[in-house]
Amino acid sequence: MTALLETRALSKSFGALRATHDVTFTLEEGARHALIGPNGAGKTTFINLLTGVLTPSAGEVLLKGRDITDVEQAERVKLGIARTFQINRLFRGLSVLENVYISVAERVGAAANMFMPVGSRRDVIEEAMALLEQLKLADDAHHTISELPYGRQRLVELAIALGLKPEVLLLDEPAAGVPSAESHIILDAVDALPKNIGVLIIDHDMDLVFRFAERITVMVRGAVFAEGTPKEIGANADVRAVYLGQATHGGADHG
Amino acid sequence: MMAAASPERSRPVAAWAKNEGARMLISRHRLRWWEPAPWLLALAFYFAFPNYLGFGYDLLIWILFALSLDLALGYAGIITLGHAAFFGAGAYTVGLLAYHGIWNEPISSLVLAAGVAAVVGLASGLVLLRTTGLTLLMLTLCTMALLEEGANMGHDYTGGFDGLPSLEIPPVLGLFEFNPLYANTQYLYSLVVLIVCFLLVRTLVYSPYGESLTGIRENTLRMHAVGSPVRTRLVVCYTISAAIAGIAGGLWAQTNAYVNLTTLGLDRAATVLIILILGGYGRLYGAFVGAVAYMVLSHFLARLYPTAWQLGLGLLLVIIALFARNGILGIAERLLRRRTPKRDGP
Repeated sequence: MTALLETRALSKSFGALRATHDVTFTLEEGARHALIGPNGAGKTTFINLLTGVLTPSAGEVLLKGRDITDVEQAERVKLGIARTFQINRLFRGLSVLENVYISVAERVGAAANMFMPVGSRRDVIEEAMALLEQLKLADDAHHTISELPYGRQRLVELAIALGLKPEVLLLDEPAAGVPSAESHIILDAVDALPKNIGVLIIDHDMDLVFRFAERITVMVRGAVFAEGTPKEIGANADVRAVYLGQATHGGADHG
Repeated sequence: MMAAASPERSRPVAAWAKNEGARMLISRHRLRWWEPAPWLLALAFYFAFPNYLGFGYDLLIWILFALSLDLALGYAGIITLGHAAFFGAGAYTVGLLAYHGIWNEPISSLVLAAGVAAVVGLASGLVLLRTTGLTLLMLTLCTMALLEEGANMGHDYTGGFDGLPSLEIPPVLGLFEFNPLYANTQYLYSLVVLIVCFLLVRTLVYSPYGESLTGIRENTLRMHAVGSPVRTRLVVCYTISAAIAGIAGGLWAQTNAYVNLTTLGLDRAATVLIILILGGYGRLYGAFVGAVAYMVLSHFLARLYPTAWQLGLGLLLVIIALFARNGILGIAERLLRRRTPKRDGP
C-alpha cells in the first residue's frame, strides 16, 4: 500500500486556540479509515485543512507525495480530493439531477460552456443518472432537494462528491441527522463505494465506524491520540477512558 | 434540434433518458409554446397603440435593464443595488460621443456602450465580488454614487446636473429616422435590440455555465467544494450583465436624444430592482412581467392619486415580499402546479 494523502506535523491555530496540533497522518490508497474524537477535537478543522478551505499555520499536506499545502481548494478538487459536509450543503432550489450534473460538469470541464444547452451534454447527464441509479435516487431525479426527506438528501450530498470521481473522499458524519430507520441506506452506499477510493470518515456513530473502518485514528484536543485497527482501538484503555466511555454513556448528546 | 435523437438510434434509447428528471433537463432549453407570446404582444402593441409608442419603448428599455439585472441577481445571486452604474455608463458613452461629435452611428454606438459598461463591470466586479451580502450591496451602491458624482463634477464634458441635451442620432442603418413626435423607429429599434439581448441571456442561462451560476446562487460553499472557479464565474457574469445594462442605457440615450444624471441615480437602480422582484427573479420572463406590471400600475396609480401614487406601489411590494417571494410569475407557477396533479408531496 502506498500513501495517498499525508500530513506532516500539520498545525492550525486560531489565536490562542490550537485547533490542530502537530498532526502527522497517512491515508493509504483504497483505505477505509475513520477519524473519531470527542466534540471539539478538531476533526472538521482537519478536514478543512486537507481540502484547502483553511491554510495551516505550520506543516505540510501531501497528495501522492506531492506537496499541496499551498494549492487552492478548487485545484485540490481537480487533483482528486472530494468531501461531503456534516450539515447538508446542497443546491436546494434545484432538482436532484441538477445537483449531481453541476458536480460532474465541473469535473469534465463542461461547466464553463456558455453557448450550448445543458441538455446537449448527454454524457454528463448520463453519468449523473448512473450515479443516482447507484444510490437508488433515480426516481427522485426530478424532485427539488427541498421535496426530499432528510435521509435522501444525505444521499445527494454523497452523490455530488462521487460525481467528482475522487481518489480521496472525506466523509464528514455522512449519517448525521438521519433517523436510524433510514441510516442503513447511507451505510449501504458508503459500503458500496468503489474499492480504489481512499475514504476517510468522521463520525460519532461507533457502530458505523467499527463496521466500516479498517483503521481508526483518535483525535483529542487537536492532536492524534491513538491510531490502530478497530480491534486495537477498541481494546485501548486510554481511548476508552477519554472517548469510547463517553460515547457509550453520553453518545446521544453528540449525535 | 427536434430530430436530435436520430443519430443516436444506433444505440437503443438508454433507460436513463426516459427518467423524468433527465427528460426535464434535456428538453429544458427548447422553446415552449407560449414563448413567442411576449413578442407577438409587443408587435400587436405597435399596431394597436400608435399613440403610446413613447410609453412602449420606455417599457422595452426597462425590460432590457431588468433582464440584465436578472442575470446577475436572479441567476448568480449577486446582490446589487447599484446596477444603474452600468446603465448610466452606457448612456453617457452614447451621449458623450454624440454630443461632442465624435461618433453617433446608432448600432456601433450601442456596441461601444456595451464595451464601456463591460469594462466598468469587470473593473468593479474584480474588487466587489470578493465580498458578499451587505458589504457587496453597499459597495455596488458606492460604485454607482462615485460614477454619478463623477458625471456631476465633469461638468465641462458631461453637462453636470443638466446633462447633455439634443443629441443628434442619425437614422438606424441610414434608413429609419428617430422622430421625436412619432416613436415608431424608437419602439421597433428597441424591440429588436431587446430580442437580440434576450436570446443571448436565454442561451446563457440554459447553458452549463448558467447552471453553474444557479449553483453559486444556491450554495456558494458547495460550488467551491466541487472545484468551481466561483469568483471567475461571477466576474464574467457581472461583466456580461453590465454590458447588457450598458446597452439598455445607450438605447435610452439614443431614443430620448439626451442624457442626464438620472441614468446613474439610485432611483433607477431601485426601480429596476422593484421591477425584477415584482415579476419574479431568476425566471427569465420576470423582467417582462415585472416591467409591464410596474409601468402599468404606476401609470394608473399616478392618475388616481397624483400626489401619493408611490404609496400604492410600496404597499404592493410589501405584499409581494411577505406572501409571494417569487413575484407574479411565482404566483402563476404555483397556481399552474396546483392544477396539474402531483404524485407525492414532501
